[in-house]
Amino acid sequence: MRSPDLLRHAWAVASKDLRVEFRSRTAILAAAVFVVLVLVVFKFGHDETAVSNSDLAPSILWVTFTFAAILALNRAFQLELENQALDGLLLAPIARGSIYLGKLVANLIFVATIELLGVPLVALFFNVPVLPFLGPLAAIIALATVGFVAVGTLFSAMTTRTRYAELLLPVLVLPFMIPPLSWAVLATVRLLAARPLSEIVGWLNMLAVYDVVFVALALMLFPATVNE
Amino acid sequence: MLLAERLRHRFGAVTALDDVSFTVQPGQTLAVFGPNGAGKTTLLKVLAGLIHPQGGRAHIDGGRRAIGWIGHQPQLYAQLTVLENLRFWASLYDVPLPPDLLSRLGLAEHAGRSVRSLSRGLVQRVAIARALVHDPAVLLLDEPFTGLDRTAAEAFSRLLAQHAAAGRASVLVTHNVEEGTGLATEVAFMRAGRFVQLAPRGARGPAQVAEDYRNAIA
Repeated sequence: MRSPDLLRHAWAVASKDLRVEFRSRTAILAAAVFVVLVLVVFKFGHDETAVSNSDLAPSILWVTFTFAAILALNRAFQLELENQALDGLLLAPIARGSIYLGKLVANLIFVATIELLGVPLVALFFNVPVLPFLGPLAAIIALATVGFVAVGTLFSAMTTRTRYAELLLPVLVLPFMIPPLSWAVLATVRLLAARPLSEIVGWLNMLAVYDVVFVALALMLFPATVNE
Repeated sequence: MLLAERLRHRFGAVTALDDVSFTVQPGQTLAVFGPNGAGKTTLLKVLAGLIHPQGGRAHIDGGRRAIGWIGHQPQLYAQLTVLENLRFWASLYDVPLPPDLLSRLGLAEHAGRSVRSLSRGLVQRVAIARALVHDPAVLLLDEPFTGLDRTAAEAFSRLLAQHAAAGRASVLVTHNVEEGTGLATEVAFMRAGRFVQLAPRGARGPAQVAEDYRNAIA
């Protein structure tokens, strides 16, 4: 399979997924409500004299993104099971990798939409200045999101035909999310504390390596997860 | 064109396919009749490459690109329109949507409606259009008449007859002898994963095939 074909078919799958989500708006609304709810709860439950906003905000940001992403990952392959459309995808003369890449792109756009909502809300609720650090913060969020969504998309494919898919997915994927999430939190803490950028470059490199390794691994393993 | 050679497959203790062999040539339609759980859907999935058999081999000239699948599930996205669904599947086969496909299946006036809003019979017609979108050389049909009313079933039968007349091959599996016999050039009876009989239909009508089926399966 040539690369242009792989990418074209991947985009066909991704744009179809996004169109389906745009029509139903169920998952995106659920995730958006979840994000707002979590941030409101933390805002009113937080004692600023005990922990400063700048110390707490990065952790809240990433906890919120993680669980909102799991909502997206759960639905990624569920929509293919409704009318056994997954069999149609597997029967089509396209590389299995293009199905994975399409799902990954759709999930990334979904999670990015939630993140676009979450970042200003965190800034607003916790009075954290994000505008001066917007570029580096976007880089941290992008690199960490690619990593855990890549792993999550693979596990979503693995668990979707199981009886307890919605339970199994977080149990399987959360351990793999720990490295990118902890690096992202550490980098975000330093960034929002206005530390020099040189202090976060190491974490960004780690996140980039994680992304390359796990996207490549997921592309290799995906065909085995969807074959009966 | 289509070859199945000593296919064997088990799901745990259940034997789904047990030494199944046959060929289907261009223009032929093999109808496989069997009770629920006989292994009919597994057979089709093995032929389509969706299940790798534990023994034997299946081969279709042209590979996955040559296969059209019509099952009891339509493989459509309920939130999308008829046209969006068909365009999506056509894009995966790198073909344009055949301009007359919708009108051939009586779907032209429903093109802009979401699949969710269609009746079961119309959904099945869209599923047929999806399977034909890339003009496949081989059709694999899993209980394809499910949900079709009499008129739609007759129209579908005519379509399959045209498909066969154009030199295409079909394998149809069903538990309903009356529905499949008219289309078949070859008839097989399946029980517990085995072909207990495989023969040309010849001049046998539905009543004769039904009696042969009862005798073979009993």
